[in-house]
Amino acid sequence: MIVCKSPAELEVMHRAGLIVWEILNGLKKEIQPGITTLDLEKSAARRTEEFGVRSAFRGYRGYPCVLCASVNQEIVHGIPSASHKLKEGDIISLDFGVESEGYYGDAAVTVPVGKVKPELEKLLRVTRDSLDRAIEQVRPGNHLGDVSAAVQQCVEENGFSVVRDFVGHGIGTKMHEEPNVPNYGKAGRGPRLEVGMVFAIEPMVNIGSPEVKVLADNWTAVTSDGSYSAHFEHTVAVTADGPWILTRPREMTGASW
Amino acid sequence: MPRPPRPEKKPVEPGNNSGNSKEDAIEVMATVIEPLPNAMFRVELENKHQVLAHISGKMRKNFIRILAGDRVAVELSPYDLTRGRIVYRYK
Repeated sequence: MIVCKSPAELEVMHRAGLIVWEILNGLKKEIQPGITTLDLEKSAARRTEEFGVRSAFRGYRGYPCVLCASVNQEIVHGIPSASHKLKEGDIISLDFGVESEGYYGDAAVTVPVGKVKPELEKLLRVTRDSLDRAIEQVRPGNHLGDVSAAVQQCVEENGFSVVRDFVGHGIGTKMHEEPNVPNYGKAGRGPRLEVGMVFAIEPMVNIGSPEVKVLADNWTAVTSDGSYSAHFEHTVAVTADGPWILTRPREMTGASW
Repeated sequence: MPRPPRPEKKPVEPGNNSGNSKEDAIEVMATVIEPLPNAMFRVELENKHQVLAHISGKMRKNFIRILAGDRVAVELSPYDLTRGRIVYRYK
């Protein structure tokens, strides 16, 4: 059953979301060739402590870090390590979440390292657009399938593929709640969206095949054909006036990342 | 952090299916919104979700009537959270 949150609960989730927003933006500024993903992890852990909140990822089903850093053909759940150095032309996805006052916030962004090939810029732009289009569909009366179909249509009309082995999710007092929010689906299907529902919508897009392989560390998911992959995510609530992106300041408009 | 669409399978113990959904039932308080044919009722739970519920046999046997607006206890099945059984009518 999809739990609807009261306006007070949404305010708490917005506060958690803003912390995620601040930390991710801080990490974005640190991205440059030469640093390692472990450096980003340490920075994220430090910022989490400074904000006085708890990491949503560390300890979740055994995940060892506060940040997921996924480079190039890594789709999601990349474990930061000292041996993974960023170089010019890479793309890196940062997935980060916190728990604050009992509620969770979860967001992700994919960032280019220095100058990247035009095809990768297109990948990032399309993935970001697919998230924006999906967020547009988050209104009372729409169906969950409208959100999923928006992502799938935007991605596939640009020649990329949607990852099927991972899905978005409801979020609230637990990081993963009902329902599953796939990035593929048929418009008009699925549960009806009501005011108070909160979803973490996270399109994962591959240039080549959508197939996924999980590495020996049991976490890092890579594309089976080695093509690059992008990932963007926001925590979005359904309000009477439409979508409310909890993981960014309320006054902001325009593209969500 | 994304999740896999299907939960990972936990090993099933063969031959140990208890099959007692009565003990797994979730009991909630609700208000009756409207009566439907065949002793079914549309009820609204405390979290604003609406659920289709039928009157329980015990209440039928004792001729307990339910009207719109009554506060009742509803048992929800863990297998379908949109169906329930009305088991008690509060004063």
